Amino acid sequence: MHPALLLLTDSRLPAGGHAHSGGTEQAIASGAVHDVPTLAAFLKGRLHTAGAVTAALTAAACAHAASTTTAPITGTPGTPLWGRLDAEVDARTASPAQRHASRTQGRLLLRVARRVWPSPVLDGLAAESPNPHHPIALGTAAHAAGATPEEAAMAAAYHAISGPATAAVRLLGLDPVAVHGLLATLAPDLTAVTAGACRAAVHQDPGWAALPACSAPALDLLAERHATAEVRLFVS
Amino acid sequence: MGANHDDHHHAPDGHDRALRLGVGGPVGSGKTALVAALCRTLGRSLSLGVVTNDIYTTEDADFLRRAGVLDQERILAVETGCCPHTAIRDDIAANLDAVETLEHRFGPLDLVIVESGGDNLTATFSRGLADRQIFVLDVSGGDKVPRKGGPGVTTADLLVINKTDLASMVGADLGVMARDAAAVRGERPVLFTSIRQDPTAATVATWVANEVWSWPQPHHPAPAA
Repeated sequence: MHPALLLLTDSRLPAGGHAHSGGTEQAIASGAVHDVPTLAAFLKGRLHTAGAVTAALTAAACAHAASTTTAPITGTPGTPLWGRLDAEVDARTASPAQRHASRTQGRLLLRVARRVWPSPVLDGLAAESPNPHHPIALGTAAHAAGATPEEAAMAAAYHAISGPATAAVRLLGLDPVAVHGLLATLAPDLTAVTAGACRAAVHQDPGWAALPACSAPALDLLAERHATAEVRLFVS
Repeated sequence: MGANHDDHHHAPDGHDRALRLGVGGPVGSGKTALVAALCRTLGRSLSLGVVTNDIYTTEDADFLRRAGVLDQERILAVETGCCPHTAIRDDIAANLDAVETLEHRFGPLDLVIVESGGDNLTATFSRGLADRQIFVLDVSGGDKVPRKGGPGVTTADLLVINKTDLASMVGADLGVMARDAAAVRGERPVLFTSIRQDPTAATVATWVANEVWSWPQPHHPAPAA
């Protein structure tokens, strides 16, 4: 594992992620999540739907960033197609509120990544897409930091559950050790989602239409409800 | 928000942008009232923007908008995910994004005020977010608070002790507060205010104006006569 992955998955990475709950705040407000078992079900569902999609998109972005710097067969770098990949993310994100949250987090991560791992590929992304979706920023940042598409996918899958888990600890006062125990039990799921993401993403660049598009309508609805909620602590 | 910046890399030394002023302090000490007073007093001679960090909802931003001290569009609210101190100290990304959004939309600005969510005495602004910071206490929290210190009381560029009109009612000794604050702050200034009695916060506004005039930014308007 590349050490940069530790930085990219650390909740202390100053890229604004701490203020996003990924639908957890509304899931709690609605009563669907109220203890560790209901949080477990929520996180597992989130990981295998939204998590699987973002992991694949992140791996695709990382592989694409690599292909624009060195092309393994021809030896000539390709032209980045960030706009097309961005459209693939849009097409897989039904909720406007989720699209907005994804672009906000992508913009903030890109800002951090450009200072921490300065590179032409990040500058190129910023020039073409100043508000990239989070998976695109994460995949490109992972490449700039020296990580592989598989590692980038793992980071995305972990992001899909770690931030929501922390939000639940803060909002419900759950035992943080119990919640970290829950995250540990999801390790095999993380491995499986990462493997699936890479199968879909790495060998098809830029055949992105075949990337996973599994939807989570409940998450979409939670995101939309959250965006108009009168009282909220988290951005999303 | 959703700024469409081409480049987030504003010069860290601040030579091409507005002074960024953090206003922090415990819940109820008068941060929002002070920000409103500064807008009222400085808004005619300076180009301003305000970012609020509410713990809950957008109440502070709404209060400022209702107060009519500044164009509504120049006030942005940031959500802090239950951690107001994280948003101004450890992970300043959302606040920087809001500040740069205001500069992008309305720039060049002279002063951007970032008001923190109410927090405890350990809260302090990152130097990556605020060039100067004010910590606001009030006398009704007790006259022992300055002695307790903490990074806000000790290191803020200006300590404001508000609600002096309540001192006699809560048995707070302003002399003790001044002495204790001086003991932990050395030469750093302390100002006593009652924003209820002086809604212009004249002494604090003068301090802020002096900081703005001495800030190396080329777009200053002429100081108000």
